[in-house]
Amino acid sequence: MNPQLTEDGRLRHLLTLDGLPRAILTQILDTAESFMDVGEREVKKVPLLRGKSIFNLFFEPSTRTRTTFEIAAKRLSADVVNLNIATSSQTKGEAILDTVDNLAAMHADMFIVRHGQSGAAHFIARHVAPHISVVNAGDGRHAHPTQGLLDMFTIRRYKGEFHNLTVAIVGDVLHSRVARSQIHALTTLGVPEVRVIGPKTLLPTGVEQMGVRVFHDMEAGLRGCDVVIMLRLQNERMKGALLPSAQEYFKFFGLTPDKLALAKADAIVMHPGPMNRGVEIDSEVADGPQSVILPQVTYGIAVRMAVMALLAGGTA
Amino acid sequence: MHASLPDANTLIVRLAAAIAPSLAPDTLIVGIHTGGAWVAERLHAMLQCSMPLGTLDISFYRDDFSRIGLHPQVKPSSLPFDLEDRAILLVDDVLHSGRTVRAAMNELFDYGRPASIRLAVLVDRGGHELPIRPDFAGLVLDVPEHQNINLSRLDDGHLTLSIA
Repeated sequence: MNPQLTEDGRLRHLLTLDGLPRAILTQILDTAESFMDVGEREVKKVPLLRGKSIFNLFFEPSTRTRTTFEIAAKRLSADVVNLNIATSSQTKGEAILDTVDNLAAMHADMFIVRHGQSGAAHFIARHVAPHISVVNAGDGRHAHPTQGLLDMFTIRRYKGEFHNLTVAIVGDVLHSRVARSQIHALTTLGVPEVRVIGPKTLLPTGVEQMGVRVFHDMEAGLRGCDVVIMLRLQNERMKGALLPSAQEYFKFFGLTPDKLALAKADAIVMHPGPMNRGVEIDSEVADGPQSVILPQVTYGIAVRMAVMALLAGGTA
Repeated sequence: MHASLPDANTLIVRLAAAIAPSLAPDTLIVGIHTGGAWVAERLHAMLQCSMPLGTLDISFYRDDFSRIGLHPQVKPSSLPFDLEDRAILLVDDVLHSGRTVRAAMNELFDYGRPASIRLAVLVDRGGHELPIRPDFAGLVLDVPEHQNINLSRLDDGHLTLSIA
């Protein structure tokens, strides 16, 4: 029994893309397509979530994700409350549930949760009353499902289909919740070849079991790709002795125009942001004609609207 | 019962004839998904409108969303014009409660402030729950509440009405 689905197979929470059926992923992408033009109209709102209260519960700092969730909720006419909760690494489970209980007592309808610990959103979802939905906005190294979905939306917009693509995910897969969500979504949607490219120290052991091909040589891995997804290299990884230096990393795994030329001529370049220019990606590529990094941000609003609309409907 | 319903294509011709005398050439025709859009497409061709055809999917404006959720097949609305200060002819296949038309008008106003909206329907079947009446109707019927009138389109584009 998937805790994200109701008994009749509808979306109840969005916690991870792992185990979500293709029909649900496609439904979210199709619904997002319908929301695309709302941002261009005179009134940039639809009345779907009028009267609903959505709480952005961010235990970990974020600008882009929190902002796009906020805009998405407002475009659906929901009331949004942002809570940035600074926490120590020793946060106790009880303290989180106290926070959640207090907000539920204020008649919350949905929680958007970001937390540094894997499983935090699941933990909250198990606890809340039946009419409340939980969206995971990133938990530890585990999952970031709306990022994965907006990446799929971006790929579909530029490439049309999934069944004929070769997609490479490059960089720090080990610490990346984004990469995990992308791999689950890509394989569910039928992408025949998903590659991960990175140094041995930054790829999880057994990653092949997720249905991907592993490359340690970036030039070999990029050859023939339709989509190149770059991951953010977190600076703290340098200190952990996983990598010699940012310069060294850039030399082998930074996306430069020369390396990108090995992919297909019409390949698109994606990045979940925020970018480290000159570490994982060259500015010339990031700002170049194959980059779809800014459209990803715009699409993120429509995709988050779709997720919230599907979760909030039919709950009264 | 089915056999007693008139041919949909005949009704559309009748509807177009009723609309034609009072139709300004720059009127914007907007059909409501899905049946209304089929009827609007025919009217648009018969009335030789110069402006592009608009279509609305009112899924995001339904008043029963919190009870039944989102329609599984939402299509994007397409209004390829500026409707500010323009005359609009809103088209649907069947007028029943009037809730769809209300939702459609709410959506139209989120695109701008039209000068006027008139309503054309293929069938007004009665059972209104809101003060919404058609300006043009191809057919007026009094259908019992438990029955539904449906417009369907065959592969060859032929439209047929059925009652169930």
